[in-house]
Amino acid sequence: MRRRVVITGMGVCAPNAIGLDAFTLAMKSGKSGVRFQSELKALEFVCQIAGKPELTDELLARYFTPLQLRGLSATGIMYGVMAGIDAWKDAQLPIAEKDKPDWDSGILFGSGTLGVDKFHEAIHLVDEKKVRRLGSTTVIQTMASGVSAYLGGILGCGNQVTTNSSACTTGTEGVLMGYERIAYGNAERMLVGSCSDSGPYVWAGFDAMRILPRYYNDNPEVASRPMSASASGFVPGSGAGALVLESLQSAMARGARIYAEVLGGAINSGGQRGEGTMTAPNSEAVQRCISQAVQNSGIDNDAIDVINGHLTATAKDALEIRNWSTALKRSGIDFPYINSFKSLFGHCLSAAGSIECVAAVLQFKELQVFGNINCEDLDPEITKIINDERIPQKTISHQPEIIAKASFGFGDVNACAIFKRYKD
Amino acid sequence: MNKETKYNKLKDIIKVYLPEDVSVDAITQDSNFISELNINSANLVDIILDVEDEFDIMLENADMDKMQTVKDALAIIDAKLESK
Repeated sequence: MRRRVVITGMGVCAPNAIGLDAFTLAMKSGKSGVRFQSELKALEFVCQIAGKPELTDELLARYFTPLQLRGLSATGIMYGVMAGIDAWKDAQLPIAEKDKPDWDSGILFGSGTLGVDKFHEAIHLVDEKKVRRLGSTTVIQTMASGVSAYLGGILGCGNQVTTNSSACTTGTEGVLMGYERIAYGNAERMLVGSCSDSGPYVWAGFDAMRILPRYYNDNPEVASRPMSASASGFVPGSGAGALVLESLQSAMARGARIYAEVLGGAINSGGQRGEGTMTAPNSEAVQRCISQAVQNSGIDNDAIDVINGHLTATAKDALEIRNWSTALKRSGIDFPYINSFKSLFGHCLSAAGSIECVAAVLQFKELQVFGNINCEDLDPEITKIINDERIPQKTISHQPEIIAKASFGFGDVNACAIFKRYKD
Repeated sequence: MNKETKYNKLKDIIKVYLPEDVSVDAITQDSNFISELNINSANLVDIILDVEDEFDIMLENADMDKMQTVKDALAIIDAKLESK
């Protein structure tokens, strides 16, 4: 018997806004967070634009002690801690007392590669034979679970504290892993989320793969073009999103505000078989993932009225739409509303799933479906499958009932989560 | 550099690493870094790096092992400065 799980807090550190209120406004109004990055130009990247949260020293000082900030250069930890603490506070949960961990609260905070800038500093010192000058935080800033470790100590969580990593699926997978832990009675609350570092050392590999847009260095805000005929690659992004998942029982007992219910979902892989490869999805696996998510949630295909896709702005967007359509057996005007938030802040890689889950769930509260930007020239391969009205170009009024959110990643991995409007 | 200046410089270094519930006033010559000032043992490594930078000296692993109290640290700094 699975217990019911709800979302009671959210936090976000995104390229187009930091903090939930600013982010809500940015998502409603279609504010872009894609900007020219002089650092990438100096290093002669082909793609010199990216989505990067705009941090200030003043902002960091609100989340970290002066000691924690000494030598802190892991941007993923900065973003993750900010989003995580915000989500915890948003849920009005207390920080554990000095000598008493909260045994019923855990953390599952994912990363792709963490502390790359710290690693860069360390590599230089090591090569100069100055190992002894590394200081004490090289390990904790570069271990994959560094972000969960920082959050675990700040909040005092005494349940499972861990990190998942599954490329661009990480954030959505984390929501489902945290959901299961609560549903099966192993925790009352799980802070789930994910982060992705910023900077040239993270994005270089994608630039080298020639999968980033080349012609928008002077016009960054229109570069990320999911579902458009002119989509020419994804814009690299970074940041973090966080959600507090809680048993319905615990949320009710403390009178918490509930954003939505997590009904369930599915996680799978195409095994890099069939058309699936290290970097390309196996459509059969994607369709199975979506169908299994629907079944696992105990709903019908028709119950979904809004989809937030993975939709990165590559030639694969049309294939993704076809996979949704085949899996849900819905097309044309009967297809749910669909949006891709990557048009606003790029592809935040391991942080994409969590930032997009936060945005997707905000739509319940705002009674809106957030608009897509940069797809005024919809890909005809997409409009052959679904009606163009189902792809809002501006934010529209609509009370979402059930939102499906999927993320896909390198390694041919997939995750699909199903969220439901919570009614008292 | 007189003793007072050295001591104050060292105190400035140490205070960054104090846990929130230990005040700067708690630092005395006899304070043990770990057992009395409650400084995280991992941070001793950082204190040593800061001392090296501030006094332009280099400490050996054996010096680190000997550095239990504030007084120990001052003695090591004096010895290193003299042998420069």
